[in-house]
Amino acid sequence: MHHQYKLNGYNIVLDTCSGSVHLVDDVAYDIIAMYPQHTPEEICRSVGEKYAGRPDVTEEEIRKCIAAVEELKARHKLFTPDTYEPLAGAYKNGSTVIKALCLHVAHTCNLNCSYCFASQGKYHGQRALMTPEVGRQALDFLVAHSGSRRNLEVDFFGGEPLMNWPVVKELVAYARSLEAAHHKNFRFTLTTNGVLLDDEVTEFCNREMHNVVLSLDGRREVHDRFRKDYAGRGSYDTVVPRFQRFVEKRGDKSYYIRGTYTHYNTDFTQDIFHMADLGFRELSMEPVVCSPEDPCALTQEDLPVLFRQYEILAEEMLRRHRQGRPFTFYHYMLDLRHGPCIYKRIAGCGSGTEYMAVTPWGELYPCHQFVGDERYSLGNVWEGVTRPQVQEEFRACNAYTRPECGDCWARLYCSGGCAANSYHASGSVQGVYRYGCELFKKRMECAIMLQAALSQEETP
Amino acid sequence: MDRIKTIETRDLCASAEGCGECQTSCGVANQPCEN
Repeated sequence: MHHQYKLNGYNIVLDTCSGSVHLVDDVAYDIIAMYPQHTPEEICRSVGEKYAGRPDVTEEEIRKCIAAVEELKARHKLFTPDTYEPLAGAYKNGSTVIKALCLHVAHTCNLNCSYCFASQGKYHGQRALMTPEVGRQALDFLVAHSGSRRNLEVDFFGGEPLMNWPVVKELVAYARSLEAAHHKNFRFTLTTNGVLLDDEVTEFCNREMHNVVLSLDGRREVHDRFRKDYAGRGSYDTVVPRFQRFVEKRGDKSYYIRGTYTHYNTDFTQDIFHMADLGFRELSMEPVVCSPEDPCALTQEDLPVLFRQYEILAEEMLRRHRQGRPFTFYHYMLDLRHGPCIYKRIAGCGSGTEYMAVTPWGELYPCHQFVGDERYSLGNVWEGVTRPQVQEEFRACNAYTRPECGDCWARLYCSGGCAANSYHASGSVQGVYRYGCELFKKRMECAIMLQAALSQEETP
Repeated sequence: MDRIKTIETRDLCASAEGCGECQTSCGVANQPCEN
C-alpha cells in the first residue's frame, strides 16, 4: 500500500509498510499513481499524452522512470506488501510487562475549566489526594511488574498535581531509592496548569522531571474563555509569566506548552503562533474531547477549516525554521530516520497493558481517560489486575484490530488510534473515532511534508 | 533526470527482525527508538 499527495509544492509518496518517503516530480507522481493498475505500455501512452508539450518527457524518459519505480518495488521501498499482521497479536500477547504509570496524585484542581474531560479534576467522583503510602505501593507495583525493562515512566497527573506537591517530591525520592537495586531508570513527567508553579517547583522539576506539560490555550481571550478559577477569573495573566520563567530556567530539558482548541477557535494556528511569540518553542494544540452536544464541540463543517489550519502551521514552521527561529509541534515531530520499530507502530500506546493510571485510592485503570468509569476498573496496586477480561479488551487493540483500518495508509502511524477516543465516540475501545482519523491523517501528511522538506535542506 | 528522490527513513521491514524501552506514547510514530 502507498499514499501519495501534493502539499506546499511537494509531491510526496509514502510507502506504508516500509516507511519509505519519496519526493517526486509530476511525471513520476503520475506514473506511481497508475502503476498498480496499469501496464507499462498503458502508463507510457497516458503519461506521454499528458506531457506531450514537454521536451523533457520523452518515451525513453517515461520508461526510465517506470524502471526506477520497479527498482524501488524490488528493493521494498515502494508497494511493499504488508506482512506484519501476524506480529501484532504475538507482541502484545507475549508480554505482561508494565512500564508506565500515570499517578493521579490529586483529584482536585484550583481551576474550574468547563471543558475539562476530568470534570474539574474530580473524574466524576470525590475530591482526593493520593497518600504517600498509596504512591509508594504504586511504584513497588510498577517495579515488580516491569520485567527486564530498564526505562520506567511515571506521570504526575491530576487534577492539578501541584496541589499535592509534597507527595510528588516524596514519591520521586522513593523511586530514585529503588533504581540502583532494581537496575531501573525512572523518567518522571508532570502536567500542570501553572497556578502554583513557583521557583521551588521549577528548581525541583528542572532537576528531576524528564518532561513537563504546561497547559496554555493560546491567546488571552481564548485561554480565559475556559480556563477560569472558581471566582470566574481567567488564568492567562497568572500562568503565562510563570511559564515564561519556568522555560527560561529549563535550559535544554524538555517541556511543552499544551493547548486545547474548540469550535470557538478553529483558527488555532493563531494561538500556536501566539505561544511561539511568547518565547515558547515546544508546542502542542489538541482538539477538544467532549460530547457532540456541547457548544464547544468541533463540527463536520469545521473539518476543512482545521485541515487548512494544519497546512498553514506546517508552512509557517518551515518559514520560521529558515529564518532561524524554529519551534516544534508535537504531532509534527516525526523521526523518520530513528523512529519507532514496527512492533511499537503496531502495538500503539499500550494503555491497559504496559501503561495504566492509578487513582488516589490505588485503583488501576487502562489510562487516565478511563478513570472514574467503573466498567473499566482493572484492579488495584495491592492485588494487581483483578479483572483480566477488561485488560484483554486492550490487549486486543492494535493496528489490525479494526476492519475500517484495513485500507488506511496511516495505520502504522496511529496504531489503530486512541482507545479512549474510540470508546467515547463509538461505545467500544475497538471502535473507530472517524473525526479523529481525519485530523490524524491530515497531521501526518503535514508532518511528513515538513520532515521531507527539512531533510532536503540538510542535504548539500 | 532524477525524478524520484528517496528520503532516508528507518526500514520498518528490517525493524521486524521490539525491545520495549521506548517511551509510552499518547505520539506513536514520533518518539525516537531507545535501542
